[in-house]
Amino acid sequence: MGTGIGARVARKEDARLLSGQAKFVRDLKFPRLLEAAYVRSPLAHGRLKSVTIPEKYKDRVFTASNLSDVLPIRPESTLPGYKASQQYPLVKDKVRFVGECIAICVAPTRAEAEDIAEQVIVDIDPLPPLVNASDAKTRDAPRLHDDWDDNLFLTTAFDGDLEFAEKNATVVIEREYNTARQCMNPMEGKGTLSYWDDKAGQLVVYTSTQVPHLIRTGIAQYLQMDQGQVRVIAPDVGGGFGYKCVLQPEELSVSWVARKLKRPVRWVEDRREHLVAGANTRQHHYKLKAYADDRGKLLGIDAEITVDIGAYSVWPFTACLEAAQAGGNLPGPYALEGYRCKTYSVATNKPGFTPYRGVARPGVCFAMELTIDAIARAVGREPADVRRENLVPGSAMPYTNVTGKFYDSGDYQHSVTEAARAIGLEDFRKRQKEARTQGRFLGLGFGTFTEQSAHGTKVFAAWGLPLVPGYEQAMVKLTPSGSVEVRSGNHSFGQGLETTIAQVASEWLTVDIDKINVLMGDTGMTPYSTGAYASRGMVMAGGAVSKAAEELVKRIKIHASHLLQCDAKDVALKDGKALSGAASVDFADIARAWYLRPDQLDEDVDTAGLEVTQGYKPDIDTGVFTYATHAAIVEVDPETGKVSFEDYYVFEDCGRRVNPLILEGQTYGGAAQGIGTALFEEVLYDPSGQPLTSTLADYILPGPAELPHFRLEHSETPSPYTRHGIKGVGEGAAIAPGGAVLNAINDALEPLGVELNELPATPHKILSAIMDADRPEEVAG
Amino acid sequence: MKPVGFQFAQPDTLAEAMQMLRDVSEDTKIMSGGQSLGPMLNLRLARPEKIISIAGLSELREVDEGEGFIEFGTALRHAEFEDGSLPEPISGMMRHVAKGIAYRAVRNRGTIGGSLCHADPAADWITALTALGATVRMVSAQGDTRDVDMTRFIHGAYRTELNSDELLKSVILPRYSSSAVWGYYKTCRKVGEFADAIASWVADPKKRYSRVVFGATAGAPIVSIPLSRQIAVTGIVPSKEVIKAELERLAPDLDRVKKHLLAVALQRCTKQALNHD
Repeated sequence: MGTGIGARVARKEDARLLSGQAKFVRDLKFPRLLEAAYVRSPLAHGRLKSVTIPEKYKDRVFTASNLSDVLPIRPESTLPGYKASQQYPLVKDKVRFVGECIAICVAPTRAEAEDIAEQVIVDIDPLPPLVNASDAKTRDAPRLHDDWDDNLFLTTAFDGDLEFAEKNATVVIEREYNTARQCMNPMEGKGTLSYWDDKAGQLVVYTSTQVPHLIRTGIAQYLQMDQGQVRVIAPDVGGGFGYKCVLQPEELSVSWVARKLKRPVRWVEDRREHLVAGANTRQHHYKLKAYADDRGKLLGIDAEITVDIGAYSVWPFTACLEAAQAGGNLPGPYALEGYRCKTYSVATNKPGFTPYRGVARPGVCFAMELTIDAIARAVGREPADVRRENLVPGSAMPYTNVTGKFYDSGDYQHSVTEAARAIGLEDFRKRQKEARTQGRFLGLGFGTFTEQSAHGTKVFAAWGLPLVPGYEQAMVKLTPSGSVEVRSGNHSFGQGLETTIAQVASEWLTVDIDKINVLMGDTGMTPYSTGAYASRGMVMAGGAVSKAAEELVKRIKIHASHLLQCDAKDVALKDGKALSGAASVDFADIARAWYLRPDQLDEDVDTAGLEVTQGYKPDIDTGVFTYATHAAIVEVDPETGKVSFEDYYVFEDCGRRVNPLILEGQTYGGAAQGIGTALFEEVLYDPSGQPLTSTLADYILPGPAELPHFRLEHSETPSPYTRHGIKGVGEGAAIAPGGAVLNAINDALEPLGVELNELPATPHKILSAIMDADRPEEVAG
Repeated sequence: MKPVGFQFAQPDTLAEAMQMLRDVSEDTKIMSGGQSLGPMLNLRLARPEKIISIAGLSELREVDEGEGFIEFGTALRHAEFEDGSLPEPISGMMRHVAKGIAYRAVRNRGTIGGSLCHADPAADWITALTALGATVRMVSAQGDTRDVDMTRFIHGAYRTELNSDELLKSVILPRYSSSAVWGYYKTCRKVGEFADAIASWVADPKKRYSRVVFGATAGAPIVSIPLSRQIAVTGIVPSKEVIKAELERLAPDLDRVKKHLLAVALQRCTKQALNHD
């Protein structure tokens, strides 16, 4: 069994990651290193009047007045009506969320830096805080950004035709849905270490990022440097999830101080900073009206989506991405003719919205899946049947949906059929009835979704972003000893790309992945890539490696043909050897001839060499769609409000699977995060905008005991538009649990007259809903 | 999240520790397992000038099995109770409570005395030991010893009877007869998290003892004398309405969900106790 595409092999990087040998930003050692701590805003909204630094620390503390040559982060968008925000890496005039950086303090240790930070006095004139989007949206709300005439980054409208739906619907469902604000909580938070390299004339920035080349562009742009003066290195990175796909204000201030002092400076985010200043994602509100016929066939959706953006637009994805994704993806996998959707991206006194695994789709999937179940209840049909009634049929593929999404391939209905079979739908309904007679409340819920992955140039350009991803590049090389080296400007931060792109090279070159060295994340050593986000890494970096490896194969064959005295087209590769008939030559011999003994090669040898860089873009750049159905069986304890899982099944199709083992890990991890969204995670604020969930005792993440034993099955419908038929899969599993789990809870609690439409479904919310419904005789069973 | 600078003292004997306590200021903190104080230091919520570590003092790790009582040294760890290596004043209860505290890593270091002195309202021992009618023994720097009943030791959230020149030396538990029963039930968001509601009932007909205690109430554990009496007399699980009415009297400020959860916890622990025989 080889180690090419489809091989179920353990990850190359695990040896170092699991034995404590990995090098994260925090592990780096530099002489004369200074550690940084920030003075952060204690208030949600106010005018910064002064920052007083004790005399003895004047050369250790830096504020906006020091950083006067740094430009504010001001991501532009070409979308009509978009208003740009201006974020100084250290607050200049106005604080806009609790935790915003006001001053950076440096000292030989972090503890000393924190001691200094405590002695810096900030004087802030408080302003009325905008704590929630619905208040901030109102006309007379105070302005977050003084030069705006309201608090809206953007409003969009998709004005489809609902006339048919309104005229013909026999069922109309109206609901409001809420999703909570969340923190992404990668195991390793943010972290940056910068120093000035005199020899290279470069600012070298080690940073925990998913997008090293983008960060290089961002740092150069905002520090007003030439890109040649900046080298960004992402070392081992302990999880990203989108949190690390944007330029961090701390990357700018740490780099500025390092350049100013000509000393290495490091800042590492701690968990409290993360839970306060990193509370930047997921919060949506939906007002939704669905029209259906008496079979539950959807005729139209009229939606209003409000995204609580927080204070600032992030670079480069802007404040627009979330709402654009939400409005475009709400219909999801369903064939829907009538669609109208308005979105509001509202500025509030919270950290600026950052795309998190699934980007908007966990919200839209939640809203849509609960609506489908509400329709099913209204028409008295099985939710699984109503799903199948409405999903885009396999026979319609490829299919362009109402919002213009081009669904490339797959059989969505089949995923529901498989999930219903595997979860034992019919048997479950019997057990559920029986359990109810014993006072037990079991429920079954489905969540079906599509995951637009590797969406490229056209899609991002349409979202008006300042920076649009294009061709991905990779380099593949035969080293002088005949082993293989792969270089990619993408990055591996727990999702296994280091292994899976080696598998792609292995597929072409027939060399075991142990002999393939993968170098990623260093802008000084790798070809340009916009990085790993939007489930694009495998499709894009994998595709580029594939193209480069294919070309390298051609060149190896030409050299081999010289050594084997045969025609290049008669050369085949196997197990790291070039064969022609019974004769063979090792890659090591070929490499030796090219690098060390070129005298053995013909005079007219191709001088292109054994080092190939190629660029790649899929045949379509509108994205390729993975899809899945999740099915959950839960038991709700109506007395304690606790939800426990009896079963959790995922049926997924992500095209060709490069490494099933890694894929399963991705699915477990994503689904676990989705269950966090469904049941546990919630950033809470008091009326003054103070976060109340600043430790992991208050912000609850699910642990092993709270998670189900996930069961997974896959089908493989290769994408016709990508190399090897690969589709992206990194985000998918985080999308469906909110919908599937809440549908299961609502199914369980239906006899109590309870319908929850808000995430997360905490025991407190479940109990409150049961109390409000007030059917004690049903609880008693 | 790094602590402010502090001095750290590790006395070898109790006598040495008492000596240190003689010249303590209000800014001295005693650390036992450090499982609560550690995070408080890192969050800079606790900012002591000096910390005296007592976790290693052998005098605080002794067990004295007397006639009718067992005296546990306060530096005994949760894990030692969990693992069943210590005697039980009532069959299995201390072990049951210990194994439900936080996570094993915390239980390996955290101590029974540390937990009592920290007096987090949602912690387990303060409620369990109140139900068990424990007495705590304190020694002062001057060598004076005083015993206080658990119901008077905890003053409120994070507040206790302990003076700054005193140490908690031991916890004394009465032994219960073989006909004694107990129940202990808590609800929490997640395994190992602090409780949302705790209830415990301990009763021994031979000693004419019955005590119902509610925990995780945002203050000191709450003892209900009427419910203690009612359950002992009737031997049946009280209804939610009765429990909620009593909670309305004892702690009217608790929200309706909290009262409901406490009622459920008491019903479940009572059921557990009554099914024990």
